Amino acid sequence: MATVAKEWREIPARYNLEGSECGNCNRKYFPKRSMCPFCRRNGFGKMHPYQVSRKGKVFTFSVIHEAPDCNRSLKPYAVAMVRTDDGLLISGQLVDVDLSKIEIGMRVRSVLRKLDEDGASGVIHYGFKFVPDL
Amino acid sequence: MDVGIVSYGAYVPRYRIKPEEIGRVWGADGKGMGKGLKIDQKSVPSPDEDVITISSEAARYMMQRVPDVDPKEIGAVYVGSESHPYAVKPSSGVLAEVIQATPSLTAADLEFACKAGTAGMQMCMGLVGSGMVKYGVAVGADTSQGAPGDALEYSASAGGAAYLIGSEKVIARINKTLSFTTDTPDFWRREGQPYPSHGGRFTGDPAYFKHIISASKMMLEDRNTKPEDYDYAIFHQPNGKFPEKVAKMLGFTPEQIQYGLLTPSIGNTYSGAVPLGLANVLDKSKPGDRIFVTSYGSGAGSDAFDITVTDEMKDYKRENAPTLEKVLENPVFLDYALYAKFKGTIIMPE
Amino acid sequence: MREVAIVGTGVTKFGELWDKSFRSIGIEAGIKAIEDAGMSGSEVDGIFIGNMSSRFINQQHIDALIADYSGMATRNVPAVRTEAGGASGGVAFRQGVMAVASGMHEAVLVGGAEKMTDLDDASTASVMDSTADAEWEASMGLTLTSLYAMITRRLIYEGTATREEIASFAVNAHKHGALNPNAQYKSPITLDTVLRSGPVAEPLNVFDCAPYSDGAAAVVMVPLDVAKKMGVDYVKVVAACQASDTLALFQREDITTFKATTAAAKEAYRIAGIEPKDISVAEVHDDYTVGGIMALQDLGFFKKGDAGKAVLEGQVEIGGKIAVNTSGGLKARGYPVGASGVAQVVEIADQLRNKADKRQVANAKYGLAQSVGGTGSAVTVSILEAI
Repeated sequence: MATVAKEWREIPARYNLEGSECGNCNRKYFPKRSMCPFCRRNGFGKMHPYQVSRKGKVFTFSVIHEAPDCNRSLKPYAVAMVRTDDGLLISGQLVDVDLSKIEIGMRVRSVLRKLDEDGASGVIHYGFKFVPDL
Repeated sequence: MDVGIVSYGAYVPRYRIKPEEIGRVWGADGKGMGKGLKIDQKSVPSPDEDVITISSEAARYMMQRVPDVDPKEIGAVYVGSESHPYAVKPSSGVLAEVIQATPSLTAADLEFACKAGTAGMQMCMGLVGSGMVKYGVAVGADTSQGAPGDALEYSASAGGAAYLIGSEKVIARINKTLSFTTDTPDFWRREGQPYPSHGGRFTGDPAYFKHIISASKMMLEDRNTKPEDYDYAIFHQPNGKFPEKVAKMLGFTPEQIQYGLLTPSIGNTYSGAVPLGLANVLDKSKPGDRIFVTSYGSGAGSDAFDITVTDEMKDYKRENAPTLEKVLENPVFLDYALYAKFKGTIIMPE
Repeated sequence: MREVAIVGTGVTKFGELWDKSFRSIGIEAGIKAIEDAGMSGSEVDGIFIGNMSSRFINQQHIDALIADYSGMATRNVPAVRTEAGGASGGVAFRQGVMAVASGMHEAVLVGGAEKMTDLDDASTASVMDSTADAEWEASMGLTLTSLYAMITRRLIYEGTATREEIASFAVNAHKHGALNPNAQYKSPITLDTVLRSGPVAEPLNVFDCAPYSDGAAAVVMVPLDVAKKMGVDYVKVVAACQASDTLALFQREDITTFKATTAAAKEAYRIAGIEPKDISVAEVHDDYTVGGIMALQDLGFFKKGDAGKAVLEGQVEIGGKIAVNTSGGLKARGYPVGASGVAQVVEIADQLRNKADKRQVANAKYGLAQSVGGTGSAVTVSILEAI
């Protein structure tokens, strides 16, 4: 089992979609990067924290029936790739939705939900999921 | 200085179950139980929701409505609940991170049965009023558990509301708060036990009614007011009947309590109950409205508040987040099997 | 740089090989390949093994395990294990080609082996999911199948292929698998079987997905000039190319094409001096039916929008426009992950040497093998030529 540090380190990203913006070319990334793949050394020292928009549209989706152990009490559940309003593509679960009514182009927003826990006595991992944006 | 509510946010999970469906499983007259409790349905949290996620949603709505408030200026965060996800590791710490108020602030979790949220509001008032902090956040939220087959299963539900307490651009000034507290064993849960226990009918007169009436009378006397001086009144609401009765006993009318009484449509959200009732009232209020609030927490105690909605409410960006009425629209009803799946009462393999 | 030839191939049965351990499977394929080359094991001076995950058998140092149990460790022959998700075998092959081409090695054994059935299904699935972005896809609740399912939905939405066309790739795979005595599944299936099988991640069903399998494959390679004098059937390796792309699917601009396939293929065709239409037989990575359809387009065999129709109409069967996955592919022949890239090369080499039995494609001059890791994060494209 991984130590608590592994998940703790990602809290700004998992809770608040914190990624990076390259100060050289202004491209935005999620998750964060210490190096811009386009600017490479021209972007060194210029990668700033960037908070990705919490709203977007469904780009594509799937309803998972064969679920990993950590999610077996949720199955069947939906996952989606979402095009955020500021142009990034992010993936996560899509919840609080009628599974038969999900459509490409549907508006969604990200919320904080439980992702997993390290057993009944372990740490609870929170992160972002998407819900329909009414 | 004026101390009061600068912003608020409320959230209730979208799933519901009806008392008749619960009764069906246990061979009880669920519909009759519902009528007796004056509860039409109760809210059910999704398996991936808990007090931390509910607090986060409510607090995010609260912050969205005050875009000019820098979360780093929040000096205190308190989450009051009787279903904190951890016995040791504060929900308020996680919430502070979620709303990006960290690291310069104090935080702690509160428990006082159903009044932990209002107790948090009082603590924030003290910190703000003394000049120790600029803003404090108080949340009352619960994902309360009713033991399967027990009377509480018909009412124990989930939801929460968050309050930003400050002294600048106050939309609802808290003119006064006071409390009535005793050691009264009407309802309790021991460490490690999954479900609470209660003293049956002892939870009525010596507990709920005594404390709410005492605190309310103290407030009316302190403020030199009468029930008719208020536009709205919100009382703790473990079912739909108790608050109607206590309102009548104190001299408040059904019209005054209607917006603050949500239990009939969402069940008893415990620490979320009065905060949610107040949020619904604030959604409908206008400048000049006077609001009377008395919460109740078993164990036991009542916190009373005398509130006046200010002119700031005109400029308040309530529209930046959904009203509670909007949040409660289009709920999804569950049968008992799905309810058990959501509550985690189905034994899954190792 | 020297030209390289494959002089021997070997492959085990693929399937749930309960009574065979990882060690025995790996060695079995290698022995067959060396014997097919008419060589002695003592002539091998380097080993490359494609093996996707130590987690399946909880063993690191697969290189040492194979070197030891193949008898090579007594001569201290160097062994290298390569991992690139589903492309582990394809990468091992390319490393072996480079080793001989560069002059650093005279005779290499390239193998691919995987033992997946010593782990329960849920754990196996979790290992496969970790070939996606473990932190930002798998840990967020996305499975590898759901990623390919999202690609499928997008392909259908964009009008590139219909659900039936995509499903028909499995029908083609099983038709060929029925002709392969080593295949895990030897019965043909209908389109209906695929479409009505239970959902795994909508819209992909059980029959859209390759199985978990045990198995191994191996090839022996020497310089082309040496092969010419050996008196055995050999094929020339004209290209062994590889390309990378982002780890996570959500970091791509277009998720309905694998740029790594296009890039590796472009380089391979350039080096070989040929065009897609010159390929007579191809083994493509159909871990999911949709992967097979995408491969046909990305490799240039069909224009975007035409591949699905072609498969549905039977144009990629033996005797068709181009014979695809004559082995049965990952779907029907089986998918012991690390073995698949090498097994594809074995099938192409056998086709070009007229050793493909009932699956033989007539007069094949050029054959191609494509192996994919994750959601196209690494792709190898190899082209062989019949001499």
